Amino acid sequence: MYFVVAGAGEVGFHLSQALLEAGHEVTVIEADRRRANFVQEKLGSIVMNAPADEGRAQMEAGCSRADALIAVTGDDAKNLVICQLAKIRCRTPRVIARVNNPKNEIVFKTLGIDETISSTRVLMNVIEQELPSGGFMPLMSLAGSANELIEAEIAIGTPPAGKNVGSLRLPSGALVGGIIRRGKLMHADEDTKLEVGDRVMVFSPTASESEVRKALFG
Amino acid sequence: MNVVIVGCGRVGGFLAGLLDSEGHRVSVVDIASTSPARAERAWFQHLPSSFKGETILGDGTDLEVLRQAGIERADALLALTEGDNRNLMCAQIAQKIFGVKQVIAKVNDPVRAQTYREMGINTFSRTTILGTLLHAMLQEDREVGEVLMRKALAHEADLVHEPVKAR
Repeated sequence: MYFVVAGAGEVGFHLSQALLEAGHEVTVIEADRRRANFVQEKLGSIVMNAPADEGRAQMEAGCSRADALIAVTGDDAKNLVICQLAKIRCRTPRVIARVNNPKNEIVFKTLGIDETISSTRVLMNVIEQELPSGGFMPLMSLAGSANELIEAEIAIGTPPAGKNVGSLRLPSGALVGGIIRRGKLMHADEDTKLEVGDRVMVFSPTASESEVRKALFG
Repeated sequence: MNVVIVGCGRVGGFLAGLLDSEGHRVSVVDIASTSPARAERAWFQHLPSSFKGETILGDGTDLEVLRQAGIERADALLALTEGDNRNLMCAQIAQKIFGVKQVIAKVNDPVRAQTYREMGINTFSRTTILGTLLHAMLQEDREVGEVLMRKALAHEADLVHEPVKAR
């Protein structure tokens, strides 16, 4: 596949390297000349020294034939504009924006950029997964829809412990996709009894996240 | 009219003063730098001393800061910072999230200005506007240019006679 990476900071550099190693074709756009030269020395002549938020640079980088553009600069407003320009002017089929301030994830979605990556959010998820009573983790948003996947651990004394999946008071549109019990993935239907320690996978409209939390933790 | 102006440089400060003197309710947002005390003096220095509106230190692409500036009851928002991308993000937030009726963004890059205008965001580029005005003054539209210029000079004279606001 052909990827255009906008921004060759730490994230852009390592991402480009990983994509190249996986056998993909990559062009990195970097506005800073010294940084562009540095990355070129490391990765070869795949670097374009130009501002990625200008339409001309995107055209030259071949955004119109790229399978995806990934904007990973440290500036959220710039990442937003890079993605919107590529989508509108170059008709790049898939655009992904790095979001530095996690509060901007919802803003980007509202403004038409469905795929966002927030390093803060990823780190939070990892940390929460390590915590014994973290319990409730929105794992990922599902591309092209306003839904997400949530993982929740059934804790002692919460409403669902010992009850059937069918009795959960989930918001409309939400459904249980499966359960991880003692490390094994198992199917869940209406009559499956939930045990303490079960990790329940819930697909839910993103807007109903707090209702799902309420249903599982009271 | 309730107006929010994001970016209080020369243009933002000038316009805020003008609207304020006409009796509109104006709030001005500009970003806080490392030292808020110094930043306030530095960034709001372009407001005239008579300015009665509100000044808010903060990031104009932050929903909370915009709420503080009264975006929820604003009739118009103008994004006039030095960053094209920030202005475009701010303008889209105002229009798509808060439903502000009149939104204008300053975008210096004419290509970006045009692209977003086609998307329904009202943009203007200082490059093309100033260039066109100067061109008109030299050429066939001399009168249009002169009328605009006379108006601009009158506003300028009003502002110059006011002492800079001491803070």
